[in-house]
Amino acid sequence: MHTLKAPTRRGAMGLAAAAAAVALLPMPASAQLAPAVQAAVDRVRGNRTAQEGRITLRAPPIAENGNTVPITVSVESPMTAADHVTRVHVFATGNPTPEVAVFHLTPAMGRAQVDTRIRLGQTQDVVVLAEMQDGSLFQARTEVKVTIGGCGG
Amino acid sequence: MAAPIGQPRVRLPAQVRAGEVIEIRTLISHVMETGQRRDQAGNVIPRDIIKRFEAKFEGQLVFAMDLAPAISANPYIAFQFRAERPGRFEFTWTNDAGESRSATQELRLA
Amino acid sequence: MKIGMVLAGLAAASLSAVVAFAEGERPPNRPIPDPQSGRHFATPDTLAIQDDDFLNPAFLWVEEGEQAWNRVEGTAGQSCASCHNDATESMRGVRARMPAYHPRLQRVVTLEQQVNICRTERMGAPALPIDSRPLNAITTYIALQSRGMPVNVDISGPARRFFDEGERFYNTRRGQLDMRCATCHEENYGRYLRADLLSQGMSNGFPTYRLKEQRVISLQFRLMGCVQDVRGQPPAMGSEEFTNLEFYLAWRAQGLPVESPAVRR
Ligand code: HEC
Ligand code: HEC
Repeated sequence: MHTLKAPTRRGAMGLAAAAAAVALLPMPASAQLAPAVQAAVDRVRGNRTAQEGRITLRAPPIAENGNTVPITVSVESPMTAADHVTRVHVFATGNPTPEVAVFHLTPAMGRAQVDTRIRLGQTQDVVVLAEMQDGSLFQARTEVKVTIGGCGG
Repeated sequence: MAAPIGQPRVRLPAQVRAGEVIEIRTLISHVMETGQRRDQAGNVIPRDIIKRFEAKFEGQLVFAMDLAPAISANPYIAFQFRAERPGRFEFTWTNDAGESRSATQELRLA
Repeated sequence: MKIGMVLAGLAAASLSAVVAFAEGERPPNRPIPDPQSGRHFATPDTLAIQDDDFLNPAFLWVEEGEQAWNRVEGTAGQSCASCHNDATESMRGVRARMPAYHPRLQRVVTLEQQVNICRTERMGAPALPIDSRPLNAITTYIALQSRGMPVNVDISGPARRFFDEGERFYNTRRGQLDMRCATCHEENYGRYLRADLLSQGMSNGFPTYRLKEQRVISLQFRLMGCVQDVRGQPPAMGSEEFTNLEFYLAWRAQGLPVESPAVRR
């Protein structure tokens, strides 16, 4: 990306097409994390093992600007008093501090889905941990490429 | 001095049927200063963020969020809610200094 | 370093010479006769924020502007509404036709300047700094009333002189990189400058919520950035140079729908 790219329209269209593909291929959640990120995840995990599945994490594969990256987390759950998601933790693997947010969910919600907008300082992974009522834990992970405007004051 | 917590915006769907799961969207004006930036003189600009959001329905906590500096300025928060009965929502945003701002909204069923 | 190299290459790539522009009533010729809004160069994710009035953070500014519209300020004890009543009617189309020639002041004024003229001359209130939050709030609120209407500025008669000045600024090479606005926005739109996809530099989305600044910015703040990009010394916001340039840019975008408040990276 350090030179001007011809042809003219293809760049724009390619970008559009890539970003339109919202359904992401999840990264293997087990891939190695930086120590600070791993420590933050471990604080939530305790001695539990995080399973894969149940979580859908939606984020743009390419973010035009890392200051405002929309994310949606939904977790498969009946959200009844007996069986619901209690907390959703969001981490960013390449930020100065890994913690991004903790959502506290209740059965009154009816559906375990939350949306917010986050800051990503660079291309990195977003990691989500979901805690269930019964103490079980699920994990998902996805990469977001950040093309911060290098120019254009 | 903490940055002002601006006027919040909250949106519920217009027509809600009993039993329907609706999306509640909120937005509030705030700088979300990370504490990582420096001013022109090179001094660290102190952290100043909205660190907690709470949604209560008829006095009962139904959803909450703890925010870190990695949440974008002018935080946007949306969550789901099963509309069983009409009632009053109260939304509260609280900053690092413990100051807060609230908004209320009535849930009416069609 | 890298930016410099890329930009130098870019300048070399642009072969077209600066055209000499005649003054007067000759109908000016538009280098881009069929302009495209900046939204054509934004990703769907950014547009999703712009196209939803709740997701678009600029509406926080709109609401502040609406409140300011009705607030009494200054020694005359008046609000904007005292004279202009309902903004949704009185301000409809205003953003689309501004900047405009102000007959009494005998010069072209921007929307920002007109608001300050009303504040200082009619309300006895202090002028608001250009690009300040309260001024951007009121101009965003006013601009919204023209959303979807085609940009249509009047450059005829006494306005033409100011237009010609703006056109001259636009076509002057400047900065250490010795580039014109057109080097990026006419000869290279649709291409990447580093990670930045260059647009045609159209002004129909301003005031705009910029993700980078995480706030609403005025057009002249953006223009400062563009002049700094070529390592040039920008004139001050609110200066005559930028006012005339803004006038020329509006005409360049003639026919495009007012999109304010747009969202740009
Ligand atoms: C005392 C009456 C008065 C008040 C108060 C006033 N204006 Fe004006 N406004 C005028 C007049 C008269 C004009 C016509 C141009 C001129 O004389 O500057 C005008 C013109 C304008 C225009 C250009 C309209 C067009 O059709 O081109 C805008 C925009 C505007 N005013 C905004 C505001 C705002 C914003 C406020 C509040 C901050 C305000 N005005 C307060 C009297 C007023
Ligand atoms: C070195 C390349 C470069 C030059 C020269 C340049 N700009 Fe820009 N300009 C950019 C970049 C990068 C952006 C942000 C991406 C885009 O919209 O092209 C931008 C954005 C803009 C925008 C906002 C477009 C939108 O849709 O939000 C305007 C208006 C603009 N420029 C006008 C100008 C003017 C007027 C000049 C001459 C004074 C100029 N630019 C010179 C690189 C440049």
